[in-house]
Amino acid sequence: MKHLKAPRMERCIGCHSCSLACARIVHKCLSWETAGIRIQSSGGMSSGFLAKVCLACDPAPCAAACPTGSLKARIGGGVTQNKKLCIQCGKCVAACPVDAIAQDRQGHVFVCIHCGACVDFCPHDCLELVEVDG
Amino acid sequence: MISETFKILEVNLTTGQSGPRDRDGAALYLGGSGLAARLHLDLARPDLAWDDPTQPLIFAIGPLTGYFPLMSKTVCAFTSPVHGQYAESHAGGRGALAMRFAGYDALVITGRAERPVVLHLGENRIDIIEAGYLWGQDALASGKLLRRMLKGSGHRTIMRIGPAGENKSAMACVNVDTYRHFGRLGGGAVMGAKNLKAIAIEGEGARELPAGKSYAALFRDIFRQVTDTDMMRKYHNLGTAANLDALNDLKALPWRNLQATSDPGITGITGQRFADDTLLRNAACSGCPVGCIHIGFVREKFQADNQYFYRQVPYDYEPIFATGSMLGLTHAPDVLSVMDEIEKAGLDVMSGGVALAWATEALEKGVVTPEQVGLGLRFGQARGYMEAVHLLAAGKTEFWRLLAQGTMTAARHYGGEDFACVLGQEMAGYATGEVFYVAQSLGLRHSHLDTGAYSYDQSNAPKDVAKALAFLLEDERERVIQTSMVACLFARKVYGLDSLRACLNVLGGATLADGLEQAGGRIQKLRWRARLAGGFDPMRASIPKRFLEVTTWKGQTDPVYLENLRQAYATAIRDMGRADAEKA
Repeated sequence: MKHLKAPRMERCIGCHSCSLACARIVHKCLSWETAGIRIQSSGGMSSGFLAKVCLACDPAPCAAACPTGSLKARIGGGVTQNKKLCIQCGKCVAACPVDAIAQDRQGHVFVCIHCGACVDFCPHDCLELVEVDG
Repeated sequence: MISETFKILEVNLTTGQSGPRDRDGAALYLGGSGLAARLHLDLARPDLAWDDPTQPLIFAIGPLTGYFPLMSKTVCAFTSPVHGQYAESHAGGRGALAMRFAGYDALVITGRAERPVVLHLGENRIDIIEAGYLWGQDALASGKLLRRMLKGSGHRTIMRIGPAGENKSAMACVNVDTYRHFGRLGGGAVMGAKNLKAIAIEGEGARELPAGKSYAALFRDIFRQVTDTDMMRKYHNLGTAANLDALNDLKALPWRNLQATSDPGITGITGQRFADDTLLRNAACSGCPVGCIHIGFVREKFQADNQYFYRQVPYDYEPIFATGSMLGLTHAPDVLSVMDEIEKAGLDVMSGGVALAWATEALEKGVVTPEQVGLGLRFGQARGYMEAVHLLAAGKTEFWRLLAQGTMTAARHYGGEDFACVLGQEMAGYATGEVFYVAQSLGLRHSHLDTGAYSYDQSNAPKDVAKALAFLLEDERERVIQTSMVACLFARKVYGLDSLRACLNVLGGATLADGLEQAGGRIQKLRWRARLAGGFDPMRASIPKRFLEVTTWKGQTDPVYLENLRQAYATAIRDMGRADAEKA
């Protein structure tokens, strides 16, 4: 079981290469928003950056809130996503305690699936895909 | 994906009417510099003043913006308060990607709001928000207030002006996302004249990508080149500040209003000194993994009992030259303190620093009196400069009002033209020799970036007018392709013609790729045509006497070579700018 972690965000330069990589590789689009990891400045550029990313909750409140089983709890934390089942109700977005799930204006839901596609594109090694017991 | 047409958002601040429109010609003008010049020729009125409400303020990105690394700049074009002619300024930050995700290749703002406003844009959003309460706020405070007014963060750009722009100073910049700027030629004044305090663009949308694996593979290849090789090391290591001691060693670093080109005081303001003593952290433009933005810090004790505050100030080579060596400051924290005041005032740091250097020498020589200036300025003393910055931005007395319109404007009034370090506008930081002096005095952006003339001088090439002219013309033609894309010029080795063609092709832009070189030549001419349409006469450009007195490692400036090259380049520019030349 692998989890994406963002343990060294103090190194982040705000280049967004990670979230652009997620959008490009995982979701096949060019976007800041429609990605499983999103980088924000924490009160302007002078205050550094934070990563809005799934913390691999176990149990996962988003999966519990999902009425269709589109999001299913992974063993060991986090969720898997079946986009075909999603009715775009947004309950998962509301249930996420750390605002890590994005929903675009068409209603599509974007959540980190801990694949690690973003890790390769961080120039400062802020991100890590780590093996955890599960 | 690349379209044959441009999508342009037009906003009229007088009528409040706005809307998108398509314009053809993507293969002819590419984007960025080419698109901006084309739109300026279409829309600007050379017979009217720069601050007439009908004059357009244009922001343009390129066909590869956001799709590839370091395609991260925006071109801003306008009629300049410096000379009433076409002007271009470039900035990084988040602006380029925000425009891409908002879905526009260009933004064109015309008109003048009745009262100060903020323009809030996005894919599904055009809001003109009355914001008189922001007028008078400095650029940094404005940014903080705007972040509170407009919810959300990180995925948008905030461009705003400070008091210099509100007061229509010809040196007013547009501050972008706290640490970047549309610096040169007075774009901030154009916003001020439109009663436009700020533009925020939300990057909410998503763009389509090509099917298949080719695009992702090409992206990865380019990303690896810029992150896994030493190609970009200079920029993320010491940054451009590394140039300070290199140019000082070459006797090419302007000191104390270019009274010297080298000084032992360099040890206090080298790139290494800034890194060792002041570098707080690095930052990046959106979509660029290089992280060339160097943020320094300086702390100041403001009260007894160890009461301190600190400033975070972005530094680079040009700002250190302009507020450091040019003002005789040799202590890095002093330089950052002056730079920070310039940030708040919303002044272009290069123009402002060089103007204050002239004012200091003018005071020393008695060309102007302390009463006229209203405060003391001495080379090497930071405190006076920190106060002077705000007088320059406010322009309330005759002296500061004239200086705010350009150093040469003040020099023509008071005297001291000989030692005004003005090459078209206040000089960039390269006292490298004749080719640079000529290139900047005639150059379109009046910075040093339309050509690498400074590096031609440093290469110790022979004094050959034909060779130097050929270099200027060819280098500019190559660079306008980059600035039409709009690539960061730090990436120009990565994005050679073959690489750009591959990038365009993989995104379905075969027509643009096929005509890339021809487009470069066309855009080069188009930009000069836009400039000449405003009355620019290249034959009349002059180079002040101070530049003839300069001594570099190669010796004193050669007046005959300088004049011959000036005439040859001016003739070439005149020919390139003919209306029929562009079509040829």
